[in-house]
Amino acid sequence: MNGSSSNHHGVGVQVRGLRKAFDGQEVLRGLDFEVQAGEIFVIMGPSGSGKTVLLKHLIGLEEPDEGEILIAGQSIQSPEVMSRYRMAMVFQSGALLNSLTVGENVGLYLSEHRLQPPAEIARIVAEKLEVVGLKSTEEKMPSDLSGGMKKRVAIARALVIEPQLILYDEPTSELDPLSAVVIAEQIVDLKDRIGVTSLVVSHDRDLAFGVADRIAVINEGRILTIGTPDEVKQHPDPLVQQFLHADFKRH
Amino acid sequence: MLLFWRTLAALPLVWRQRQKVFDQFFEIGNASLLMVCILSFFIGGVIALQTGPLLVGRGLGSYVGGIVGYSIAKELAPVMMAILIAGRIGSAMAAEIGSMQVYQEIDALRTMNISPIHYLVLPRLVAIAAALPLLVIFAILVGWLGGAVVCAANDRIAVSFEAFFSALRDAVDLKDVANGVFKSFVFALTIGVVSCHQGLITRGGPRGIGRSVTKAVVNSIVVIVILDYLLTRILLK
Repeated sequence: MNGSSSNHHGVGVQVRGLRKAFDGQEVLRGLDFEVQAGEIFVIMGPSGSGKTVLLKHLIGLEEPDEGEILIAGQSIQSPEVMSRYRMAMVFQSGALLNSLTVGENVGLYLSEHRLQPPAEIARIVAEKLEVVGLKSTEEKMPSDLSGGMKKRVAIARALVIEPQLILYDEPTSELDPLSAVVIAEQIVDLKDRIGVTSLVVSHDRDLAFGVADRIAVINEGRILTIGTPDEVKQHPDPLVQQFLHADFKRH
Repeated sequence: MLLFWRTLAALPLVWRQRQKVFDQFFEIGNASLLMVCILSFFIGGVIALQTGPLLVGRGLGSYVGGIVGYSIAKELAPVMMAILIAGRIGSAMAAEIGSMQVYQEIDALRTMNISPIHYLVLPRLVAIAAALPLLVIFAILVGWLGGAVVCAANDRIAVSFEAFFSALRDAVDLKDVANGVFKSFVFALTIGVVSCHQGLITRGGPRGIGRSVTKAVVNSIVVIVILDYLLTRILLK
């Protein structure tokens, strides 16, 4: 389970009894699940089911009302966990800093923490941008990029941290099918190459069944089922089936 | 206040953020210098125009320079420039940080273990605290010049440049100027903290950003006026 000492580069995550309410309205209602080190775990569910709130808890942007989150067996509340394990998040919008160039965005973690000299940062930035297929875009501004390119820059920015856990918030939303495929390929490629643990939140069924090792389906802050893609497809819960097979039909 | 103390605690890290401090400093200067110049020249002129004929009519023409100089240095330049900067720079700070908050850029900073206080608030606060006092010194000089020009050019006042500045030298000493500059330093911290705070607590999309900008400007001005009274009471002693 301890990601830093296991064969996997990634770390395992355990969520136990997680509850969160905003203004008296319960958004997470006692979530329990475990993500194995190095796996791609997809959380699916309709909009407003609490997926993004869950991700924010996992990266420490929100504090739970009840329950706990363990990274490699240690609570993320303990101060050393966030500095000991490297985690990154790819936001739904990309969340690139609009006042910085692509290169400055990707190298921000290294430059702000003074982890490398400028020349080495430039080399690492170029390398990570190449990994996501955006070679020689360092001088562009985020406003010059398409939605898909912004998300790939956000992935490059996450890679600079050399993360053991990457959280993706709706990585294919607002993208055309071809760009969505590129993002999906990159999620799988990162797992294969560096064994990073990936936790993907999405309502994109194609993405989920294409990349996931396991899938959790949540609705109204509760987990309906967890299993491999095949197990989830066969699950008898009508809400799960309704979500998986919802389709527009013109009468 | 909590944001102010946290920023103060981060002050030893300011050297690491020096490039951002210089960028912000020059942005404040570039955005404000011409406005400061125009505003202070005409404030000096208006004070001279209001007080000049009244004093000259009572045979007190030799006091015009002193009254204009004293009121600009101690009161008008620091307060008017602070209000100008609250509108021009405070609003920009709240809008920029507010949009970063709404579009999750600040969340992204946090996930990279980069403190928004170190990265965003500290450089802005240091830059405005350095820039506003300098702008106020400039405003005092231009305001005096405006007063002197109006006194010399207006037939109902007709006080020469030499007489104006001679009276000003008699009435205003360096302590009075330092008084105004100190006030402006406090006002600068107020604008920086109020505007950055409003930016950081922005919620709810473009409308939320608009609300934050309005609150940043209005709250800054209200606090400046209250602080001006309190500081004047303290500095009079």
